Amino acid sequence: MDDLILEMKGIIKEFSGVRALNEVSFAVKKGEIHALCGENGAGKSTLMKILSGVYPHGSYQGDIIFDQEKMIIRNIADAERAGIAIIHQELALFKELPVYENIFIGNEISSYGRIHIPAMLSKTQELLSEMRLDVNPYTLIKQLGTGQQQLIEIVKALAKNATLLILDEPTASLSEGEVEILMDILGRLKVKGVTCIYISHKLDEVLQLADTVTVIRDGRSIGSKAASTLTKEKIVEMMVGREITDLYPKEVHSTEQEIFAVRNYTVYDVSDPSRKLVDNANFSLKRGEILGFAGLVGAGRTELVSSIYGFYDGKCDGEVYLEGNRLSIHHPNDSLQQGIAMLPEDRKRHGIIEIMSVRENMTLATIEKYRLAMDRIDDGQELSDVNDYMAKLKIKTSGLDTCIKNLSGGNQQKVVLAKYLLRKLKVLILDEPTRGIDVGAKYEIYNLMNRLAADGIGIIMISSDLPEVLGISDRILVMNEGRIKGEFLNHENLDQEQIMHCAVGGVTAWQRS
Amino acid sequence: MAAELKKKAVGMSSEKKISFTSMFHFDVKTYTMILALVSIWVIFSMTTNGDFLTSRNLSNLFRQMSITGILSIGMVFIIIAGHIDLSVGSLMGLLGGITAVLNVWLKMDGILAIGITLILGLLIGIFNGWLIAYKKIPAFIVTLGGMLVFRGILVGMTKGTTVASLDPSIRFAGNAYLANEIGFLLGIIAVAVLIYNALSVRKLHAQYGLAIPPMSAEIVKIVFSAVIIGILVTILNSYQGFPVPVLILAIMAVAFSYVLTKTVFGRRVYAIGGNAEAAKLSGVNVTKMTLSIFAINGLLVSIAGILLCSRLNAASVAAGQNAEMDAIAACVIGGASLMGGVGSVGGAIVGALVMASLDNGMSMLNIETFWQFIVKGSILILAVWVDIATKNKR
Repeated sequence: MDDLILEMKGIIKEFSGVRALNEVSFAVKKGEIHALCGENGAGKSTLMKILSGVYPHGSYQGDIIFDQEKMIIRNIADAERAGIAIIHQELALFKELPVYENIFIGNEISSYGRIHIPAMLSKTQELLSEMRLDVNPYTLIKQLGTGQQQLIEIVKALAKNATLLILDEPTASLSEGEVEILMDILGRLKVKGVTCIYISHKLDEVLQLADTVTVIRDGRSIGSKAASTLTKEKIVEMMVGREITDLYPKEVHSTEQEIFAVRNYTVYDVSDPSRKLVDNANFSLKRGEILGFAGLVGAGRTELVSSIYGFYDGKCDGEVYLEGNRLSIHHPNDSLQQGIAMLPEDRKRHGIIEIMSVRENMTLATIEKYRLAMDRIDDGQELSDVNDYMAKLKIKTSGLDTCIKNLSGGNQQKVVLAKYLLRKLKVLILDEPTRGIDVGAKYEIYNLMNRLAADGIGIIMISSDLPEVLGISDRILVMNEGRIKGEFLNHENLDQEQIMHCAVGGVTAWQRS
Repeated sequence: MAAELKKKAVGMSSEKKISFTSMFHFDVKTYTMILALVSIWVIFSMTTNGDFLTSRNLSNLFRQMSITGILSIGMVFIIIAGHIDLSVGSLMGLLGGITAVLNVWLKMDGILAIGITLILGLLIGIFNGWLIAYKKIPAFIVTLGGMLVFRGILVGMTKGTTVASLDPSIRFAGNAYLANEIGFLLGIIAVAVLIYNALSVRKLHAQYGLAIPPMSAEIVKIVFSAVIIGILVTILNSYQGFPVPVLILAIMAVAFSYVLTKTVFGRRVYAIGGNAEAAKLSGVNVTKMTLSIFAINGLLVSIAGILLCSRLNAASVAAGQNAEMDAIAACVIGGASLMGGVGSVGGAIVGALVMASLDNGMSMLNIETFWQFIVKGSILILAVWVDIATKNKR
């Protein structure tokens, strides 16, 4: 077994009494691409944070053996010195600095405190050409696309002579083309003898790329297998631990009555008003219908709905109708007054106010309802409504006045949902409603969506998770580069490939009812 | 009905009781603040051989703090909303100057001059707010510019001279005392409000299964507050009576504390300071809120300006210099976060009392001005350091 580069044995990590990792063992062979799979919250990130020194030695139990040596990793610098580098999902680059400075940040080539720029430039050039990246070292990071930025992160890790590279969901925000470049580079790294740990939810990629797949579930290692012996279904089964069919409680409840319609809607970029982010979108929503919006990240779905909702700063034109009446919306408040609500994509940035309590967060959009004389808040009514929704949505918290940041992602999302459900709604827009929350909470949110639809609310759901779109929508619209490229009625024969084909701009497909 | 609600509450979560002692575990911030104030007072009373604690000096101290106190009420709104106002010192000087010029040079009736000053303060606040909220110029820049502009207008308007001797009607606001009986009455009203508040909060919390402290602890707390109020009123009465500017401060403090903690408006102030984007998505009109907050601040600055020129019986070009720093320091010492979303009127008032105590005590000791600056600056940094250090530990 001396071809192992890394062995993590019996890792136990607790967070205030809760075991996030329970005797996890994990072994990686030298030079392989090792995929680490598991649901959100399964413990992948925690394990990788232990390995990369974010959680220092002593804050967990168990051993790390790297390159035949027992390691004591006290901080990130220790890990980097040993040759372990992690590339997080959120990139840690300095947007206003050029490529070469980013690559050597914290690691500058210098003599007597004076930075040696030519040496840094030539080394950067060398690394870039080795990776066959056509990027000028002087280019500012902000001028590069997300995909290229990701690749610069990898180069940065290589500049530190990393022999074990951890990639946390590297392709989550990449375009198809960029994914190919990334895969190509990973292949080249393998030849160079660099080992990769690859965390991804995209199982097709995992199967295509990885040599070995390890699955973690609920803080335990479920198993490691050669990728060649696995199928997608098999991995999912290992991840979920049960049949996937019951993940989506599908109900059909669409009516024929149109409640909401968008005509000739175009959204322009904030910083570049000549650029169309959404180009002439037309769609309608029926009462009680769940309309899924599929597409790749950057297809313009978020821009479309946030512009309709009155939250997008850029220019837009087009018409929006609710129950046949044309609306004029300039501010989210105009939408809320009409009975339209939007759950934002980025919960932390747009959904919750971290320093406020569960109760204050929940009633923020309805606070006017509790207004008594002299602008006073009717505490009794407010508390009673909050109590109601805590029970209805099964929000788990130690109390109404608990700070919302102490709740889990799923419970936070339920509070944000409750915030809008406290209003009388006709249309509910959900932008990535289940991103970053665990399976249990997901299931509850799907059930809630079904209940709301049964009550006659029209639901628009944006999701980049294709099985979810297929599992829960009555009808699916697919966007590609700002245009609505396809419409599918969700019936049994519809599969992910058809939608994906449309989302990458392959064909336009219309299945009008 | 009540029984039904009670049943519901029990169904939700079992009723929580807070133990007697834990009720006095305020957050660390409150403790440090009170501790700081008490230690400052102890140090000054020792170094002045007890002169600091005479009723005459305490009465003076409270009159001095009333101006910083009113400024810090406006400032705490702005800081909670995530902004800053550097212009309040200059603006206070300018508005006081306007009152004086109207009254002394233009022979305008005192009440009318006060009215015009209040309206002007409101309008200037609205203008600042408009630049910040609608024109999206950072508050730091708008008010840094305002600091120079207002001071410049004041110097130009008074031609660099001191405008002195105001009408008695204006002097009343900053200098008069109320009869002893009124002082006692105010004390009794304050205690009654405290009791009513405590009882209504208990009732509400009982209904919804929120934590309730034991009655004995509540009583101890109320008695303690009542004793403090009683001592305060007695001290003030034993000098010349309850000072009018302190009454004005008390009214403003109660009113704006109510606005901040009990009203829809107040909830939204915290919301936009906590996360303006999320607040906007929840239908809060952030621009209108920001404008209103600066308008309120302008009004409070004009009140402070009137009190300042009234107390000094004059307007001078240097009036209100560095007052913005005192107000900001008061808010921060009182627990407000410059990141926005955190702070309280009560804290800001205690902070103002800390700053005024430092001024007062050091003046009594004839400490040179340069030392006063150094000490006040260091106390501010120390207060924030203690806050950060204790936060990290938790």
